[in-house]
Amino acid sequence: MRVKLMSFVATLLLVSACAGSPKTESMSEGSGMADTSASHGTTSMGIGLGKVPAANSENFLVADVGNRVFFGFNKYDISASAAIVLDRQAQWLQENPSVTITIEGNCDERGTREYNLALGDRRANAAKDFLVALGVDANRLQTVSFGKEKPVALGSTESAWALNRNATAVVN
Amino acid sequence: MNGTSILFYVSGRKMVCLKTVCGLFAAILLLGFTPPAQAELKIDITKGNIDPLPVAVTNFKGDPGEAERIGRDISAVISSDLEGSGLFRPIDPNAFIQTPVSLQVRPRFGDWRVINAQAMVQGNVQLLDDGRLKVEFRLWDVYAETQMAGLVYHTSPKSWRRIAHIIADEIYKRLTGEEGYFDTRIVYIAESGPQNKRIRRLAIMDQDGANHRFLTDGSYTVLTPRFSPTAQEITYMSYIDPYNPRVYIFNIDTGQQELLGDFPGMTFAPRFSPDGNSVIMSLSTSGNSEIYTMDIRTRKVRRLTKNPAIDTSPSYSPDGSMIVFNSDRGGSQQLYVMDGDGKNARRISHGKGRYATPVWSPRGDLIAYTKMLGGEFYIGVMHPDGSGERQLAKGFLVEAPTWAPNGRVLSYWSKAKSDEKGGGGETRLHVVDLTGYNDRILVTPLDASDPAWSPLIP
Repeated sequence: MRVKLMSFVATLLLVSACAGSPKTESMSEGSGMADTSASHGTTSMGIGLGKVPAANSENFLVADVGNRVFFGFNKYDISASAAIVLDRQAQWLQENPSVTITIEGNCDERGTREYNLALGDRRANAAKDFLVALGVDANRLQTVSFGKEKPVALGSTESAWALNRNATAVVN
Repeated sequence: MNGTSILFYVSGRKMVCLKTVCGLFAAILLLGFTPPAQAELKIDITKGNIDPLPVAVTNFKGDPGEAERIGRDISAVISSDLEGSGLFRPIDPNAFIQTPVSLQVRPRFGDWRVINAQAMVQGNVQLLDDGRLKVEFRLWDVYAETQMAGLVYHTSPKSWRRIAHIIADEIYKRLTGEEGYFDTRIVYIAESGPQNKRIRRLAIMDQDGANHRFLTDGSYTVLTPRFSPTAQEITYMSYIDPYNPRVYIFNIDTGQQELLGDFPGMTFAPRFSPDGNSVIMSLSTSGNSEIYTMDIRTRKVRRLTKNPAIDTSPSYSPDGSMIVFNSDRGGSQQLYVMDGDGKNARRISHGKGRYATPVWSPRGDLIAYTKMLGGEFYIGVMHPDGSGERQLAKGFLVEAPTWAPNGRVLSYWSKAKSDEKGGGGETRLHVVDLTGYNDRILVTPLDASDPAWSPLIP
């Protein structure tokens, strides 16, 4: 929706040198991401080539903070790797108090439409609850479920399905 | 006894007529043709019908010009309805021996037996001076040589297609003993565009695909439409407010949609109650989905479930006394039945796999569902107590059955696998009968999902 893939890719390239820049498209949950737990999103802030997006922008959220967390099949619990991303989101939201976001809950295609609407809502709210627990004002966090209707990854493959089971934060 | 009934007929032409027919009949027997059916001609729809009943649908006779054309079109629609049910095999009209003109006098049953017709349909079309259309039809049992049905309809010439469906329903009813389902419509979601930017529009058509039209323009996503009992309204979920998806009621005639209630969260999975006075649906607040009903007029809301699990996809029994729904309260997605007031919830699905989208048959005897097991999706039916589970269709993704009003035929949708470039992923509507035989695709202009079958049009 508001996440433009092209700008996302471009920004990712620009800031790819940043130690803290999250590989938001990491597919396997609990792998890789945990290694970066020592470095928080804040450490990467200000580092770059002078072309990084404004710190309170959607692009910054996508590229530097991490806008998307992933879930296991039919699951909505926050995994260790998801917690790291949400931790960064919470800090970023604290540093940018004017920003409000909507968390979009999504599912893979391996479920039925109505149940997946409910499951997507669970996922969005799981992410929201996590942020609230970290001190973010709940009034700054809207949620919406798109069920299985808005996949980010194409194809009927395990890797696409893993990407499509997510909660994605977008700046309002 | 026999004597009495024979005496009954001994008078005038009727006697002569009977004699003639009997004579013909005897000749055919001598020629080695199948003996006539002992009982009234009837199809048992509950068995897998491997051999559809051969039926001759003759062109309805009309004066040259518009009446003749309408007559031909009516016959074609009747033929197509009957064939589509999988229970009938219309005979190629080129094989017909008796001409439509001589048919006006009386069927020569022998001519129809020769081409193996078990039943024969005949009719007349007349354009009246007042502008109305008069359609007569007769259904004949070719072997018993009796008229099984004979009806006259008056209507506007524009409605010829509905008359054809109504006649097909009458034929279906007379020959199967079940109510027909041809004079019905299907509302569904027309889909187009790439998988990640799908356009989803509400669309409606006759059950045979005719009179197709879009009801929304595609500027917002709509999902899961369902008819009201009068078939005048549709309840569905709409993203017209993109971050507040809710249940709406859409009026087919006016094109107006109205938000149903102001709930503090997402409302979805709506269905009308059998009396049409309320809508049952899910409300998700803070990630927890519960089932509610809302009275459409008084807007009075009633909560029926209270459980941290997902409770969704509610569907009433036809008498409104029970509700089947989908819940993962037991750890996995299963089907539950509760009383109309939300009490006495009990699990009814006990097979392997996950179950979803239960929908109660209009006859009350079965619940259709989607089942997910071992990387496959199934459409199946079970009794309301969970017994007698039977799968009717299977695929990579098959989902969301809906019942034709006679409770003997279902529609559902399927989606094919897609590739990384977004190719594939074809989404189609299917129609299948309760035996699981005769699964066919209902052709739509675009990809299609979420079919909902209307009641018989009032």
